[in-house]
Amino acid sequence: MIVQAIFYFFAAVLVLSAALVITVRNPVHAALFLVLAFFSSAAIWLLLEAEFLAIALVLVYVGAVMVLFLFVVMMLDINLAPLREGFARYLPLGIAVALLMAVAMGLVVASGYFDARFPPRAGEAGPAASNTLELGHAMYTDFLYPFEIAGAILLVAIIAAIALTMRKPRTLKTPRPEKQIVARREERVRLVKMEAEKR
Amino acid sequence: MLILSDVLILAAVLFCISVAGIFINRKNVIILLMCIELMLLSVNLNFIAFAHFLGDIAGQVFVFFILTVAAAESAIGLAILVVVFRNRSTINVSDLDTMRG
Repeated sequence: MIVQAIFYFFAAVLVLSAALVITVRNPVHAALFLVLAFFSSAAIWLLLEAEFLAIALVLVYVGAVMVLFLFVVMMLDINLAPLREGFARYLPLGIAVALLMAVAMGLVVASGYFDARFPPRAGEAGPAASNTLELGHAMYTDFLYPFEIAGAILLVAIIAAIALTMRKPRTLKTPRPEKQIVARREERVRLVKMEAEKR
Repeated sequence: MLILSDVLILAAVLFCISVAGIFINRKNVIILLMCIELMLLSVNLNFIAFAHFLGDIAGQVFVFFILTVAAAESAIGLAILVVVFRNRSTINVSDLDTMRG
């Protein structure tokens, strides 16, 4: 009962913050509400006994990705007014599509099929079970090859992000060594004879 | 006691909210990226719910990979966003029409 109450509380926070993410005017506020959504879904993941991923969600997403979002949002000097136009015009369409999808998915999910097939499980793992150990076993044995590919994808992402945002310093005056070594004294130095000025 | 359909309905509602967000915020690329993050979050919630109720750890491994790819995607997406803003001084989607799309 208490588990259900906690679940409903965090589910309400999650839905509310997700609704605020898509409706608030300021992108900084949207990013902060997205942080709240990630936190509450991490709590729900804890209830579902996915402890490692809940902590990873908070550390990786809230700690890194959302900070990156906030960084970019605050760095770009955005004029918000033209970005909001069409908000009221597309609002009915968006709500209609979302309601249609919610009804369609709800009809499938709430039909009782899944609940009959997969009954609730609680406490089967016991307090000594380690989710991290289990996940690590699976990841380093059965899923070792995809794990390596995930590492390669992260490396590619690092290189791509750096290569995209690195800009060539066009105004910087750098010495050209190949021109420096072929330079002769006669090209650079000119001796001028001139009369000494009278004092 | 949690039941599976509660979690699945929550994930479905979250997904629908983010789809509606893509519809109503179609000018702002930053909010669009955030909506994609919300969609991935709801998919992850489904994976974790099934991993819990089936007692199969493979679902959580998939969530791990989805988190990895989503982090890479948002990093590259934000890098592209910064480059676009540097070149065009706007992130309005309707202004990015060089290719007449």
